[in-house]
Amino acid sequence: MYLNGNALIDAKAPAVPLEKRWDERKFQARLVNPANRRKHRVIVVGTGLAGGSAGATLAEQGYHVIQFCFQDSPRRAHSVAAQGGINAAKNYRNDGDSVYRLFYDTVKGGDFRSRESNVYRLAQVSEQIIDQAVAQGVPFAREYGGLLDTRSFGGVQVQRTFYARGQTGQQLLIGAYQALSRQIDAGNVELHARTEMLDLIVVDGKARGIVARDLITGEITTHLADAVVLASGGYGNVFYLSTNAKGSNATAIWRAHKRGAYFANPCFTQIHPTCIPRSGEHQSKLTLMSESLRNDGRIWVPKRQADTRPPREIPEHERDYYLERQYPSFGNLVPRDIASRAAKNMCDARYGVGPGGLGVYLDFADAIERLGRPAIEARYGNLFDMYQRITAEDPYQVPMRIYPAIHYTMGGLWVDYDLQSTVPGLFVIGEANFSDHGANRLGASALMQGLADGYFVLPATLNDYLGGAKLDTVAPDSDEVVAVETQVRERIQKLMQVNGKRSVDSFHRELGVLMWDHCGMSRNREGLTKALERVPELRAEFWRDVRIPGTATELNQELEKANRVADFLELAELLLIDALHREESCGGHFREEHQTPEGEARRDDERFSYVAAWEYGDQPVLHREELAFEHVHPTQRSYT
Amino acid sequence: MKLTVRIWRQSGPQADGRLVSYAVDEVSPDMSFLEMLDVLNQDLIADGEEPVAFDHDCREGICGSCGVVINGQAHGPERTTSCQLHMRSFRDGDTIDVEPWRAKGFPVVKDLVVDRSALDRIVQAGGYITAPTGSAPDAHATPVPKPDADLAFDNATCIGCGACVAACPNGSAMLFTAAKVTHLSVLPQGQPERARRVLDMVETMDDEGFGGCTNTGECVASCPKGIPFASIATLNREFRKAARSR
Amino acid sequence: MSLTSVNRRPSVLDVVIDAAQRRVGRKRRPAARQFWDSTIGKKIVMAVTGAALLGFVFAHMVGNLKTFFGANDLNAYAHWLRTIGEPVLHYEWFLWIMRAGLVVAVVLHITATVQLVRRDHRARPVRYAHRRPVKATFAVHTMRWGGATLAVFIVWHILDLTVGQVNQDFVAGDPYHNLVADFRVWWVNVIYLVALAMLGLHIDHGFASAARTLGITSVTRERALKVVGRATAIVTTAGFAVVPIAVMTGLVR
Repeated sequence: MYLNGNALIDAKAPAVPLEKRWDERKFQARLVNPANRRKHRVIVVGTGLAGGSAGATLAEQGYHVIQFCFQDSPRRAHSVAAQGGINAAKNYRNDGDSVYRLFYDTVKGGDFRSRESNVYRLAQVSEQIIDQAVAQGVPFAREYGGLLDTRSFGGVQVQRTFYARGQTGQQLLIGAYQALSRQIDAGNVELHARTEMLDLIVVDGKARGIVARDLITGEITTHLADAVVLASGGYGNVFYLSTNAKGSNATAIWRAHKRGAYFANPCFTQIHPTCIPRSGEHQSKLTLMSESLRNDGRIWVPKRQADTRPPREIPEHERDYYLERQYPSFGNLVPRDIASRAAKNMCDARYGVGPGGLGVYLDFADAIERLGRPAIEARYGNLFDMYQRITAEDPYQVPMRIYPAIHYTMGGLWVDYDLQSTVPGLFVIGEANFSDHGANRLGASALMQGLADGYFVLPATLNDYLGGAKLDTVAPDSDEVVAVETQVRERIQKLMQVNGKRSVDSFHRELGVLMWDHCGMSRNREGLTKALERVPELRAEFWRDVRIPGTATELNQELEKANRVADFLELAELLLIDALHREESCGGHFREEHQTPEGEARRDDERFSYVAAWEYGDQPVLHREELAFEHVHPTQRSYT
Repeated sequence: MKLTVRIWRQSGPQADGRLVSYAVDEVSPDMSFLEMLDVLNQDLIADGEEPVAFDHDCREGICGSCGVVINGQAHGPERTTSCQLHMRSFRDGDTIDVEPWRAKGFPVVKDLVVDRSALDRIVQAGGYITAPTGSAPDAHATPVPKPDADLAFDNATCIGCGACVAACPNGSAMLFTAAKVTHLSVLPQGQPERARRVLDMVETMDDEGFGGCTNTGECVASCPKGIPFASIATLNREFRKAARSR
Repeated sequence: MSLTSVNRRPSVLDVVIDAAQRRVGRKRRPAARQFWDSTIGKKIVMAVTGAALLGFVFAHMVGNLKTFFGANDLNAYAHWLRTIGEPVLHYEWFLWIMRAGLVVAVVLHITATVQLVRRDHRARPVRYAHRRPVKATFAVHTMRWGGATLAVFIVWHILDLTVGQVNQDFVAGDPYHNLVADFRVWWVNVIYLVALAMLGLHIDHGFASAARTLGITSVTRERALKVVGRATAIVTTAGFAVVPIAVMTGLVR
């Protein structure tokens, strides 16, 4: 199924005490003379929090940035949809928070599958992010004294989460977008909107450009540069139904993987516990509601199986507040994976509510009584409105129904401490890389990581690469370049020529159901093996029977989707192999064979305390990067 | 539900377009408007026809990608985005007209897809605060009164969908520009560039071919994020003061 | 092979010049020119001239009410208007200065409107096939053709009661007589009343619109300004309308 390769070592983090590593790395890093920066072209793919902030910062430093997004505007990248907030170890509350505690919580929350060096740096940089965002005019929530408000968030006992109502992602993204806009106007960033990266150009072993398709004209264009930065987000849409945007895709990272970048921990996918349950077959995506809802809402199911009474008619003693019962100290605020799996267990045991019994109640009646409706409106007004719009139910009157959904992917392209992949010159930032969250991401950490990578980490480490690499001019008509471009053209032609009967969506839906059923919230050998047999068949069917109307030389949204689904069909297989090989339960990866008698995840630090980095090949090759924990000693996570 | 939808079909920017009528059966009231279009597109693909092109992405009302004019109203009868409009707002047997945003500033690309990059250019002209990475003082260095922070947020919540332009009889982008100018001019961090920002943004707004404001309020009525009408007054005031001080 | 962004390394100079040109392009014109060329600048001109015209119209209305005090009072008032500013100004100079000011205001008001309307039409080259349900008030929709109607009316009004060209029974220097003679004719009354209705609607939207254009409106003042605008519209219209109605009903003869 797979081959074993050499061990992988990240040698970039300096061997100095944890607190000094990042400063030391920055000091060691080679610099590029400001006058020479203008001569360096850097490609950035994606304009979300990571890509937008990186593009703006690199341009401010003087690099010539060429930036791509498939959306019609850089402001629409899916970071925009993050609701809850952004963590930072500011300790403005004086509640015992510190860089070390944020680091500790993140390593522990990630179930000991992340690198200490990276996570510590993330915690260090978190403070600067808030300063940066405020200076840009991001309207964070404030108290009457004029200072910033914070709240506690999913699985954390300090109030370190900064927020802008339920639209923190949008506000931070607009901050980055505006900084990027300033650089576009100044001529330092060349923006290609509605342009999708379809392949990576590697010359002499170094990433030197990309081939992209103009989504309006269908033109295939080549862009050469001295370094390529991928900030193209996660691959959650491999499950078809997820909280990702419809356009979110793995094409950029998958094609880079096929050109030599290792793909790390693909089976670490995160399920978000508070999504709106699906209402029918037509469902095209799932909508997440901020986890902050769990701060004031109480989760329960009826004590009687398949109880169809309206929730308000179920008396208090016939309700099972199962999280509060099972996890008395954390209650409704247990980490995402635990909350999700508990909901699934309840529904599997036929205690679920709503259509198909796929839902549990999230009840605000107590909070409304305690704090009053205006307070709840102020905190969650927009979420309540959104819920009501989608379900036509009023959450002020009846409890919300929630169900878990795929939300974030911790896995991604393998990167070292410098965020550089195994292809020199190819940097990967934000959700697209695997680095900081281990097997499970804590709430309000995605925004933090994306911005840390883009504003602060990458700009420092890219200098080192450009300052040291010997980069010859690449001729646009050189063999390496032309070959990649030809392959891209041929692939599109091949897709257009299939001319079969089934729509792209029908394949995508089928893949999604397969992955959700066998590789979703809980996984087992039998299911994974079954899915591993089916995925290659489905892929063959796709290439035999997909139908793409129209032509390749115009705006063709079916062709766009087909390109992405073709890659998901390949990535799915690697995801399944990774899930099958990781014979333990940790974080977002729950193997039914590996659980305690109480049904809790059982991690296996003896055998699996490593990052699984996969090299592309006929059979994927597994490279292990062993993880060392010098500061936070692995313990079985316990939230009871 | 069974519906008839009449959709603007236009094969390219230079092509002539027309409304084409389609029957959509099996519409569930719980579907979003875009999911109804998905169903139609699946039918069209099965019949070997080209599906209807429309912009969409997050489908949760925040990215601002989607936006069509439904029965003459930008984003349809509810005050939300097209993706968050649900079919329960319609009745069985209804005929629904679907057209693209119409404005000189938003040329049609294909079917219901328009080019809204003019809005990006308005922001590029000055819709930012110059704060190069790493130069920021501590976030608590400057307290911001809560009412100001809230007003800034109310305006920063704009998703750039362009419904205000589509709804305005003059194809004006005043509400969009006003939201950004108000957001940044109310914050202490936005003061140094305050005057230049409004002059440059208004000039770019005019250069992009958007019409003027006649204070009809159609933009506000169609804005899915409830940008306040008063922001237009703020924009005018900022412009007047900036023009005088120039 | 197509190549949109080749490996040409742009020189520092290229980029700097590029950015500089962009900035200069936005800044080159003189301030007044930039102001007038902008949509908001033109709207401000409309608002200011509109406010001046509203001031004149309101004073005119108040003056008209002299009618109810009889021929002597009204005619004396009309004479006094010509003596304002004496002895610094000569006879009728104030009136002519004011007239000149009004002409300038009207010309600016109309020029800005016409230019903006043409711009607005260009900004929406294709109409919606499905006509949109009207959300704006009726007054909004009367601004343009209502304004045009008022312009025509003003010309006729000057010919009727100032110059006397179209008046059946004009006696120079006796405005009371001219007025009463005029309003005894039923169709003249119809013209006046229709024009007054237009004026009311124009003020109703124009007042709130001008307040917004001048940036006086805020969330807290929005309602109050609307009420003041509507009250001004009603008082002005009613104040003018009572005169022809009084003549018609025989209250004033």
